[in-house]
Amino acid sequence: MSNIKYILGSFGDPEEMLHGIEKLQENNIKIHDVYTPMPIHGIEAKLGIKRSRLDVLAFFCGITGTMSAFALIYLTSVVDWKNNIGGKPAFALPDFIPIMFELTILFTAFGLVLSYYASTHLFPGRAPRVMDLRATDDRFIIAVDAQLNAEHSKIDGLLKDAGAIEVKHNERKYISYE
Amino acid sequence: MSGHNESILREPLITGRDITYGKITSDILEPVENKPNKAWWIGFIAALCGATLWLVAVSYTFWNGIGAWGLNKTVGWAWDITGFVWWVGIGHAGTLISAVLLLFRQNWRNSINRSAEAMTIFAVICAATYVVSHMGRPWLAYWVLPLPNQFGSLWVNFNSPLVWDMFAISTYFSVSLLFWYTGLLPDIATIRDRATGLRRRIYSIFSFGWNGNVKTWQRFETVSLILAGISTPLVLSVHTIVSMDFATSVIPGWHTTIFPPYFVAGAIFSGFAMVLTLLLVARKVLGLENYITMFHIESMNKIIILTGSIVGVAYITEFFIAWYSGSEYEAYAFVNRSTGPYWWAYWMMMTCNVISPQLLWFKKIRLSIPATWILSLVVNIGMWFERFVIIVTSLHRDYLPSSWAMFYPTWVDVSVFVGSIGVFFTLFLLFLRVLPSIAIAEVKMILKSSSEQEKLKQIKEGHLDKTYVKEYVESLEKFDSVKQEDYAKI
Repeated sequence: MSNIKYILGSFGDPEEMLHGIEKLQENNIKIHDVYTPMPIHGIEAKLGIKRSRLDVLAFFCGITGTMSAFALIYLTSVVDWKNNIGGKPAFALPDFIPIMFELTILFTAFGLVLSYYASTHLFPGRAPRVMDLRATDDRFIIAVDAQLNAEHSKIDGLLKDAGAIEVKHNERKYISYE
Repeated sequence: MSGHNESILREPLITGRDITYGKITSDILEPVENKPNKAWWIGFIAALCGATLWLVAVSYTFWNGIGAWGLNKTVGWAWDITGFVWWVGIGHAGTLISAVLLLFRQNWRNSINRSAEAMTIFAVICAATYVVSHMGRPWLAYWVLPLPNQFGSLWVNFNSPLVWDMFAISTYFSVSLLFWYTGLLPDIATIRDRATGLRRRIYSIFSFGWNGNVKTWQRFETVSLILAGISTPLVLSVHTIVSMDFATSVIPGWHTTIFPPYFVAGAIFSGFAMVLTLLLVARKVLGLENYITMFHIESMNKIIILTGSIVGVAYITEFFIAWYSGSEYEAYAFVNRSTGPYWWAYWMMMTCNVISPQLLWFKKIRLSIPATWILSLVVNIGMWFERFVIIVTSLHRDYLPSSWAMFYPTWVDVSVFVGSIGVFFTLFLLFLRVLPSIAIAEVKMILKSSSEQEKLKQIKEGHLDKTYVKEYVESLEKFDSVKQEDYAKI
């Protein structure tokens, strides 16, 4: 067994990269991951990535915000400490709406973004797990686990045929630790 | 990516011949990866002087109290709230561009959203400093938060629009910041992967470990879309609530149901004007003509005509209703506004906001960079006067003629305002140096569908309708970044 860990196909064009993914899949070669400098539509279906459920989560965060705002206002200015403002009723629902709305948005945004960061392991100072430094610039990278797929020259050939500009054999998984 | 080409009738969003993904990165990161040029230093030093002035004036205010300002018993709000509303208004274009235009699938937003959002954040910071400094005892600023009674103050009054405003502005600021920063992550990672040494370490911390794999991008798009969906009503609600600070009172001239839509239109109007003021200069100095094209400038000018006209209709409606309501106090407030001692401010507002933007109906003016830039400054001035007129002229002659007064700003008033512009520009210029001023990943997304070179390729392939091609080539005449002679033979 060689000590090559990952085979990277580096493409200059997203269409060619999508073609490369098809080629590999036709040959039953499992793709580890794909790194691109921009979102590529249609790629998640090819790689069998499920639809994100962040939208459902966002909805519940929003409802929590609405409820929290209502609870805060109701419990303070209707239950706990009624203020007599020109003899008007303490339970003035229309006046509560602006803050209920704002907190709905606030909770949705923070709940959504923080869950997104957590679920994709993004946080300040995290060591970037990068396989090819040009994946954030102008290259579209297909990574194949070399330990799981033995036919290295066949993978090289498939990637080259699909239009890969270069094919790299990396002995380390991530290159950005040094 | 779908294999279908965009209609040839649409103007290109990226011009130039040999644009590649790599070139987009290098072009946009040019100011970030190199030493600043002379123009930047001149601008930065000037802005820093302004920021220092602001620091002096605000410190003076904190030390002496707001008696340092020209306020009096009758005119209790003047330059402070004018400045606050002006800055909040300017802060509306960023989220409008990034959220509303995303929902409407306006791809031209992709190259202006980043700097517009940065502008939003800095403008809201400037607005917030006014709120704090006009409080009198700014060290007790946290009393605007709902704190338990044992804390010293009573629970805040949730029926008060000022409390709503606190919630609205702070939500707006933090949500805009999240939206902006999440969008920045892939671009910070781009800088990180091209940098070395300490720079790489610093950008690495701020990139949150972004590596651009499939799942991260897929969820990134979901998050962007949901954030756009919630930011759209948010941006409309913020200025609505700012307008309620006035509209829920009983002061003639303020107590108006038209205020929320009128303020929102005015905010978008002034926000786009400020975006143009900044981007027309940045485009030239940073050499971004291929990404911020004449089409972008024309589109923004069209939004300025639309919102400027809405504002004009609102002014006239307000005037009509003041008479039609039959309320003599209301009618007096408006007659006094236009013919009283502050007539010059009123007519300044009318000229700058209603009359001069109508010049943009002329294609020549709309496509002239100097004219557009001057008009954008005129709109900014007009919108400042709008807030001044609404606030000061409604207050200075109240119900009791014996207490009628005029407002005269002191040097502190003027310095806080001029200084806040300095703070804004200091922050904006620093932003241009350390972060990409255009969303790199988003521009790369439209390279294959909406760039000039791609459309030229389609024309050369020759399967397109001749009349459409002719129309497209004619539409290119307005672009200053397109080489016209290439199209002469087609």
